Amino acid sequence: MGKIATRKAFGQKLEELGASHKNIVVLDADLSKSTKSELFAKKFPERFFEMGIAEANMISTAAGLAFAGNKPFCCSFACFLTGRYDQIRMSVAYPRAPVVLVGTHAGIGIGEDGNSQMGLEDINLMRGLPNMMVFQPADEMETHQVVEFVSQYKDGPAYLRLTRQGVEDVSPANYRFKPGKGQILREGDDVAVIASGGVVMPALQAARALEKDGVSAAVINMASIKPIDEETIINYARQCGKVFTVEDHNIIGGLGTAVGEVLIENGIHCAFRRHGLYDVFGESGSPDSLYEKYRLDDAGIAVTLKEFMQGVTK
Amino acid sequence: MKYPRKDLSNEDLAVMCKKARRDIVKMLAEAGSGHPGGSLSAIDLIMMLHYKFMRHSPQESDPDKQDVFVLSKGHGVPALYAAYAAMDYIPREELLSLRKLGSPLQGHPDKILMPLLKASTGSLGQGLSVAQGYAFSARVKKTGQHVYCLVGDGECNEGQIWEAAMSAGHYKLAGLTVVLDYNKAQIDGLVHEVMDSEPLRQKWEAFGWRTFEIDGHNLEEMEKTFHQCLEEKEKPQVVIAHTIKGKGVSFMEKDLVKWHGVAPSQEELQVALKELQ
Repeated sequence: MGKIATRKAFGQKLEELGASHKNIVVLDADLSKSTKSELFAKKFPERFFEMGIAEANMISTAAGLAFAGNKPFCCSFACFLTGRYDQIRMSVAYPRAPVVLVGTHAGIGIGEDGNSQMGLEDINLMRGLPNMMVFQPADEMETHQVVEFVSQYKDGPAYLRLTRQGVEDVSPANYRFKPGKGQILREGDDVAVIASGGVVMPALQAARALEKDGVSAAVINMASIKPIDEETIINYARQCGKVFTVEDHNIIGGLGTAVGEVLIENGIHCAFRRHGLYDVFGESGSPDSLYEKYRLDDAGIAVTLKEFMQGVTK
Repeated sequence: MKYPRKDLSNEDLAVMCKKARRDIVKMLAEAGSGHPGGSLSAIDLIMMLHYKFMRHSPQESDPDKQDVFVLSKGHGVPALYAAYAAMDYIPREELLSLRKLGSPLQGHPDKILMPLLKASTGSLGQGLSVAQGYAFSARVKKTGQHVYCLVGDGECNEGQIWEAAMSAGHYKLAGLTVVLDYNKAQIDGLVHEVMDSEPLRQKWEAFGWRTFEIDGHNLEEMEKTFHQCLEEKEKPQVVIAHTIKGKGVSFMEKDLVKWHGVAPSQEELQVALKELQ
């Protein structure tokens, strides 16, 4: 199985859509080689705007392009993009500008560059904005489908969170992405594992590994974090009685928090654990060494899930 | 297109500007809060652009055929509402709903509630970038639209203004005219005391802009300058308009810092209206 970074899958799809969707315009802040928006830039230079290292200006400019009837994709690293919160709030979200904010280099999975380049609070920030949708695809196919969906969406902005590192395919061949819909990757009765983005495959492997310990774990890929699939969360929480979320993001305000809100507001009392970055910043290291240290690789998730099943709290 | 009305004389426009000033102080007094100083300093510029330069019409549904005006200094929006009422884009009686619950006339521009507006502003520094986005679009789609953006002098404290100045200069956005309402005061004091932005003209020039410096209440000078802006094909243009905060109301002109963000009382309104006859 080939490993493709979701940023690369994004770049390729955008380049493809550029030919048929003449209203697509792309902006980048001196990171087009990293966000992969360069693929579009090379093919459609007249619809690509290099904005230099000035993200605030880029975001508000994208809003103006959107108001004038274009479909802007506004690209940078997740942390730099969402760091310009006031511009996203006032220029984009409040007036429902149909801008797609593309934040690549999500999580500690980026590795050596360290904390300053890691998007670790971005889901929390974007989830808190009215009118903003938040999507985090788990593999190449899902990324293509999410990009296709947002490219046609006219009623408001969306935040797309993408990985630097390659990810393996998790989606079945017949998968169709729908906003507000989770994807069941594995059925199970003892615990519902809900994951998103680059850690979906490790979460799936962890669930498989626990089979030998007699644990039957369902695995749900939650690419659509806002809107979120309340029905699937409720059904699987009731069926399994235990919910375990996994994300390469601070556990505060991310996928786990979104799932927890659904559980509590629907009166579901179950064992619940948010696994991810436990309210800490990132650091330098190889992606593998970081995933090992922060227990986001197959083995680390499996150990943490096992502890959770045994009632060990963090 | 209903506008621009090139036949309109500046004498007639001056009468309409005075009426718009009366609307501004009336709606602010009724609202009990808001920003009279910067609305009165900007109204002549806004009226000139909308009446005699911008192509637009309530009957025209294609936005690509109309010129664009972005109010970056969102707190000056009573002036824009007054101009809209003057041009019959909104009913005049609606002006008195300013800042009241349920009104599309929000305290700062809200594009969703009032689709006439081209941006939702109020967090300073952002509107110029939004205007740049419209100008980029006009270039990509080859619409021939001209984009105007009104920024405040205090607003030029914001770093984002200079990010946009750099990028519009870099892209040689000749279809973009910035009008800088240089009324010399901001909330905490005079601009040169709060955060001296001089030399302002040289700053814009250094970023690759064609610059003009005019009296922002002299309609003849304004008209001549905006014509020159339309002839420019190589650079974005900034018109630094020296204005008087609270222009037309003597007690506001005398105490310009105070009248940045305080609405007149009913008694003060009567004095103002008498002066604006």
